Amino acid sequence: MKRALGIAIAIVIVVVLGALGWFVVLAPGPLDFAGGQTVPLAEYKEANPTGVPGALANAGLIERGEYLAQAGDCAACHTVKGGKPFAGGFAFKLPFGTLYSSNITPDKETGIGAWSDADFLKAVHQGVAPDGTRLYPAFPYAAYTLMTDEDVLAIKAYLFSLPPVRAATPPNTLSFPFNQRWLMAFWSAFFNPNERYRPNTAQSAEWNRGAYIAEAMGHCGDCHTPRNPMQAMDHRRKFMGAVAAGWKAYNLTPDKETGVGAWSDETLAKFISTGHVEGYGTASGPMGEAIDNSLRHLKPEDIKALVVYLRTVPPISDPALPAPRTALASASPKDGTAEADARGAELFAGACVSCHGWTGKSPVLAIATFTGARAVNDPSARNVAQAIVWGVTRETPSGPAVMPAFGHAYSNTEIAAIANYVTKRFGAVPSAITADQVAELRGQASQ
Amino acid sequence: MITLTINGESKQLDVTEDTPLLWALRDVLGMTGTKFGCGIAQCGACTVQVDGQAVRSCMLPVGAIGEGSKITTIEGIGATDAGARIQKAWLDLEVVQCGYCQSGQIMSASALLAATPQPDDKDIDAAMAGNICRCGTYVRIREAIKKAAGVA
Amino acid sequence: MNAAFSRRTLLKAGAAGTLLLGFHLPMARAAIGTFEPNAFIRIAGDGTVTLVMPQVEMGQGTYTSISQILAEELDADWSLVTVAHAPPSDKLYGNPFFGIQVTGNSNSIRAFWDPLRKAGATARALLVQAAAQQWKVDAASCRAAKGEVFHDASGRKLGYGALAAAAGTQTPPENPPLKAVKDFTLVGQPLKRLDTAGKVNGTVKYGIDALPPGVKFASVTLSPVQGGKVVKVDDSKAKAMPGVRQVVVLDDVVAVVGDHTWVAKQGLAALEIEWDDGPNAKISSADVWNDLRAASQNKGAVAKEEGDADKALGDGERLDAAYEMPFLAHATMEPMNCVVHVTADGCEVWIGTQVMSRVQAEVAKALNLPAEKVIVHQHLLGGGFGRRLEPDMAVISARIAQQVATPLKVTWSREEDIRHDVYRPVYRDVISASLKDGKINGWTYRVTGSAVLARWFPPAYQKDIDIDGVDSAADIPYGIPNLRVEFVRKEPGVVTTGFWRGVGPNNNVFAIESFIDELAHKAGKDPVDFRVAHLDKTPRLKAAVQLAAQKSGWGEKLPARTARGISAQVAFGSFISTVVEAEVDSSGEVQLRRIVSAVDTGIPVNPDTIIAQLQGGLIFGLTAALFGEITIKNGRVEQSNFHDYRMLRINEVPPIEVHLIPSEEHPGGTGETGATAGPPALGNALYAATGIRLRRLPIDRDILAGKKPA
Repeated sequence: MKRALGIAIAIVIVVVLGALGWFVVLAPGPLDFAGGQTVPLAEYKEANPTGVPGALANAGLIERGEYLAQAGDCAACHTVKGGKPFAGGFAFKLPFGTLYSSNITPDKETGIGAWSDADFLKAVHQGVAPDGTRLYPAFPYAAYTLMTDEDVLAIKAYLFSLPPVRAATPPNTLSFPFNQRWLMAFWSAFFNPNERYRPNTAQSAEWNRGAYIAEAMGHCGDCHTPRNPMQAMDHRRKFMGAVAAGWKAYNLTPDKETGVGAWSDETLAKFISTGHVEGYGTASGPMGEAIDNSLRHLKPEDIKALVVYLRTVPPISDPALPAPRTALASASPKDGTAEADARGAELFAGACVSCHGWTGKSPVLAIATFTGARAVNDPSARNVAQAIVWGVTRETPSGPAVMPAFGHAYSNTEIAAIANYVTKRFGAVPSAITADQVAELRGQASQ
Repeated sequence: MITLTINGESKQLDVTEDTPLLWALRDVLGMTGTKFGCGIAQCGACTVQVDGQAVRSCMLPVGAIGEGSKITTIEGIGATDAGARIQKAWLDLEVVQCGYCQSGQIMSASALLAATPQPDDKDIDAAMAGNICRCGTYVRIREAIKKAAGVA
Repeated sequence: MNAAFSRRTLLKAGAAGTLLLGFHLPMARAAIGTFEPNAFIRIAGDGTVTLVMPQVEMGQGTYTSISQILAEELDADWSLVTVAHAPPSDKLYGNPFFGIQVTGNSNSIRAFWDPLRKAGATARALLVQAAAQQWKVDAASCRAAKGEVFHDASGRKLGYGALAAAAGTQTPPENPPLKAVKDFTLVGQPLKRLDTAGKVNGTVKYGIDALPPGVKFASVTLSPVQGGKVVKVDDSKAKAMPGVRQVVVLDDVVAVVGDHTWVAKQGLAALEIEWDDGPNAKISSADVWNDLRAASQNKGAVAKEEGDADKALGDGERLDAAYEMPFLAHATMEPMNCVVHVTADGCEVWIGTQVMSRVQAEVAKALNLPAEKVIVHQHLLGGGFGRRLEPDMAVISARIAQQVATPLKVTWSREEDIRHDVYRPVYRDVISASLKDGKINGWTYRVTGSAVLARWFPPAYQKDIDIDGVDSAADIPYGIPNLRVEFVRKEPGVVTTGFWRGVGPNNNVFAIESFIDELAHKAGKDPVDFRVAHLDKTPRLKAAVQLAAQKSGWGEKLPARTARGISAQVAFGSFISTVVEAEVDSSGEVQLRRIVSAVDTGIPVNPDTIIAQLQGGLIFGLTAALFGEITIKNGRVEQSNFHDYRMLRINEVPPIEVHLIPSEEHPGGTGETGATAGPPALGNALYAATGIRLRRLPIDRDILAGKKPA
C-alpha cells in the first residue's frame, strides 16, 4: 500500500517536473524560431526596429505615443464599445469568472493619473501595479515587456494628454484560486522574461521591425498562438491559430492551405491594413477590432515589415481547417440545399441574403462579401455563429459598416441552422454546430 | 458628380460616393416611390433593381454602382413585362393594404418573375423572404406572384 | 355585448365633455356648380363624385368601405367616385364614438355606418327633389340609380352632375329613407379598392414622401431614456461635414439638418452628445414586472359583477392562473416622420396621422399659435396600428422646424422609431374559476396595467376603470353565473404606453381564451365542446366556433407534436373563432402550419377587405406572440430594428383561410380582430402539442423544449 502510494507520488512528481520542463524550462520564446544571433538594441548597427516609422521621425512625443498606442492596440481592451476611450471596464469572460480592464486615462483616482514613469514602466514590462498587486496576463505584459522604455513612456505621454475620465473599474469576479493575484508572481517568473527587444543580426532590419511590431506591440500571438495548460503561449505552435475571446484567430503561418502561405504579399498587406480582400473575406470579431483600432493606422512600411516577418514563421497546418473554397456559390437559392438545411435556408433568405447574396458576393457592400473567407470555411462554424450572435461593426472610410447582432431575437437553434447553412453553401466543408454549442459560444465572447 | 441610369434616363447627382442610392433617389431626385424602412437591409422596403437584380438601396452606395448599370425603380418597373404583370396581379388580387412595403415587394417579385418565369413556392420564399410586410399581405403576395406567372 | 358597452360608455363620456357630432347637414353652400350636401359628399357639374373621408386610410381599406356606404345610399355611379382626405375638423369629421377626429378601435364602419348612410340618402333625396322640381313631378315618382335620377313614367332622366347646382338649393329632408339590405348593390360587394392603384407604381404619397419646395432634411435623436435631457453637444465634427446645414439642440432632442437625409444621419452620428438620463436612468424590465406583479395583488375597481363570484369559487373545482403580456412596439413600415414649415405667421404640416385635429392642436400649442394658423396636409399612412394615434412626431418636428428657415422633413431612423414608441402596455391578468358539473360556476378576472384611455382620452376614464383595459373581459361571451371583473391601474412610468392594434381585447382575449382552454382540459372536455356549451347566450359566436372547428378539421389526427388550438372572441362588434395548427420541434421551435378563421362581422361592407384584414391581423398578432417583446435596461429600450425586434416573414406564414358568416346585423369592426385572434389559438395549439401551458407572451422556446419550467 505504502509502496503503491510512493510509486504514485513519484509518477506525479515526474509528470509535474516533466510538464514544468516542457512548458517552462525547455519552452521556446516567441522569437526563437528565427535562430541567429540577437544583440542588445544599443549594439544593433542597422536601422532601429523600435519607435515610430520614418514618416513620424520628427513627430512630437504625444503623436509618437499615439501611434505606438495604436500599434499596441491598447484601445482593444481598455475601451468599451460606445464608452469613453481608455476608460476601461471591458469584460473578459473567462471560464473561472470575469475580469475587467482598468481605466488608463489620467484620472487621478480611478485611472493612472497618479502614476510615475517608473510605475508605468513596471506595469507594462512586469505586470506589477504601483501598489505591488500583480496584474493578470490578460494584460499582455509578456509581449509589452519587449518594448523599449522610450516607447512605453511615449505611450504614457499620449495617454496623459487625453482628458481624464472618472470611471471606477468594476471588481473582478474570479473564483478561487484565480482570485489570488500573488500567484501571478509565479506565472511571471516562468513566462515573462522581463527583457527588452533584442534585434536579430541574422535577419534584415525590416524583419526586425516587423518582429517588434508583431511581438512587442501588436501581441498577435496572444490570440493566434495556442496556449499551454498554464495559459502561456506555446511558441512551438506559434501562430497556428487558436480560440480567443470565443472567436477563432486563424492560422497566420505560411502554411499554404490553412495559413496565409497562399496569399500574395499584397493580399496579406491589404487584409492586415483594411480587414477585407475580395476572395479572402472580411475580418470580424476581435480581428476586425484589431484592424479598426490598430492595424489600419499603421504606416505602409510597418505593414510591409509585418508581412516580411510573418513570412518567416515556420508553417504549421491547422488540422481543423480545410483549404478554403474560393469559388462563388450558385446564384440559385435552390442549388445545394437539402431538406435538412431548410430552416437555415429560410432564415438566410429572410435575414441574410439581402447583404450577402446567394453567391456570397454582396449585392450592396464589398465588405459583406464572404467568398473565400476563413470563417465560412471553418467546419466549426465558430466565427460564423459569433458574427450572427454579436454582429460585426467595422470602420470604413465612410463610417461604420454594421452587420446587426441577431443573437437577441434568434434562438440558438436558429443560429446553428443559419451557420450550418452558410458553411455548407459557401465553404469547403459543412459544419454541424449545435444549439448547445451556440449557447456556449454566447457565454465565451468578451463583451 | 455621379452619373446613374435610372429607368432609362441618365441622372447627374451631386452627392458623395458613400451616399446610399435610397437617399439619392428620395431626397435628391425626388423619386419617393422607393421607401425607407430600416436602413440595414432587413426589411426590403427600399428594393430597386440593378441590372435586373433586386437590391436593397438603403445599403447600396451610389459610388458602388457602375456607370453602365441600369437601375430600375418602382416608378419604372411597369415598363417591363414582368413588372407590368406583377402590378396587375397585385391589383387583381388586392394584395395591397397600407402599401408602404409594396414598392419593395413588387420590385422583388418582378425580379423573381423575370429570372424565374414559373416560380414555385420555394422560389417565392427565397425571393420574397427579405421583404417584410407589417400589414401581413404575404398570403396574397404568394397568390399574386403565381397569378402573374400563370402558375396559379 | 362589447361594442355596445364601449360605445355607450364613450358616448356618455363624450357627451359630458366635447361631443358631438361630426356629422351634420348644413345647407349646401357650394362652389358654383358643385353640390356639397354635407361634409362628406361633393358632386361636380361633370357628375364626378368626390367623397371626403372622415377616417384615414392606413391599409385597412376604409376609404373604399366608407365610399361604398356613401355611394350605396347616394346611388352614385361607382366609376365616377373619387376620394379625398378630410381636413382637420372635429366638428365636421369627428368620430361619433369619440367626438374627435380619430381613426382607431376598429370602429370606422361601426361608428359611421348610420351617419354615412344618412348622409348619402340625404344627398340622394336632394338630387331627386331637384330633378322632380325641374320635371315638375312628384319626387316620390322618381328614383335614383348609378348617378342618375329617373322618372320612369315619362322616361326622363338626369345625371347627378346636371342636377348638382339645383340640388344645392333644396331643403334636406329630416329622415330620408334608407335602403333595405336586400337592395344593396355596392355594400356587400368585394369592390376594388380605391387607394391601391397608385400604391403599385410608386405614385401615391405618404407623409414621408412630402417634398415641399426648399425642404431640408433632418435626422433626430431623442433622449435615450424617457425624461432625460441634453447636457451638452459637441457638434464641431458634424458642422464640418459638407451638406450639413444646421444642428438643432432642444431640451430632449437633438437634430442635424442637411441637404438630404443621409448627410443628416451622418452628421448626427458625428455628434458627441452628453445626456442626463433623469429619473428613469436605473429602471429595467425586472423593476417594471416587479411593480406590476405587486400591483396585481391589490383589489381593483369593479368593472362588472354578477352573482357571488367569491362564494362560487369555493363551490366546485378551482383553477387559478396569471397571464402576462409584454411591451410591444408598433413598427409601422413607414417610420415616424413629419414635415413642418414654420413661417412668420403660421405653420404647415405634412403628415399621415390617425388624429388630424389633434396634430393640429398639439402643433399649435407647441408653437404658441392659434389652431387655425396650423395647416395640416393629410397623407396616406404607411401603417398606423395605433402608433399614429399620437401626435408626438409632429410636435417634435415642429419644435425643430421652428429653428429652421426652410420646410423641414424630420425622418426618424428605424432605431429611433422602435426606441421611442408609445408601447403596448405590459399587462398581468389574474384569473380564478371554479368548475361545477363540467361548467364554469365562478369567475374572477383582474386586469392590471396601464389605463391608456386615461391619458389619451380622459373623459372616457371614469371610476378608475379603463373601459378599453377590460374590453372583451367585462363582457365575456360565455355564460357564467357568478363573475367579477376588476381593473387595477399601474403605469410603468419608464415608457409611455398607448394603443396597439387589438388594444384591450388583445390582452383579455389571450388570457381568457387560454384560461378557458385550461378549464376545458381540467374538466376533461374538448376545447370546442366546452366553449360551445358555454355560448348559449352568444349564438353568433357559437356559430363561429362551430364553423371554425368544422373548416379546420378539428378532431382529425395530426402528426406528433403537431396540434390545433382554438380561440373565440367578441371584440369590436365582431364574432370570430380561429383555429391555429402548429408544430413544435424538440428544441421548442414553432412552425405555423395552417390558420382557419370563421367571422361574423355583421353586414360585410366589403367582404374582400374583411378577409384581408383578418389575414393581415392574424399575422400581426402571431408575429407578436412568436417574437414580440420590448425590454428595458437602464431606462433604455433594448431593441432597435428588425434584427432584434423580429417580424414574421413570408416563408414563415402558413395558409390562412377566412370564412365569412352571412349576416344582416349592424356591421362590426375587423381591423384589429385578427391581431387578437391568433395568439390564444396558438398558445392552445402549443399546449395540445406539448402539454406545456405558456402563460406569458412571447412564447418561450426554452420552456417548450423543456429546458425551463413553465
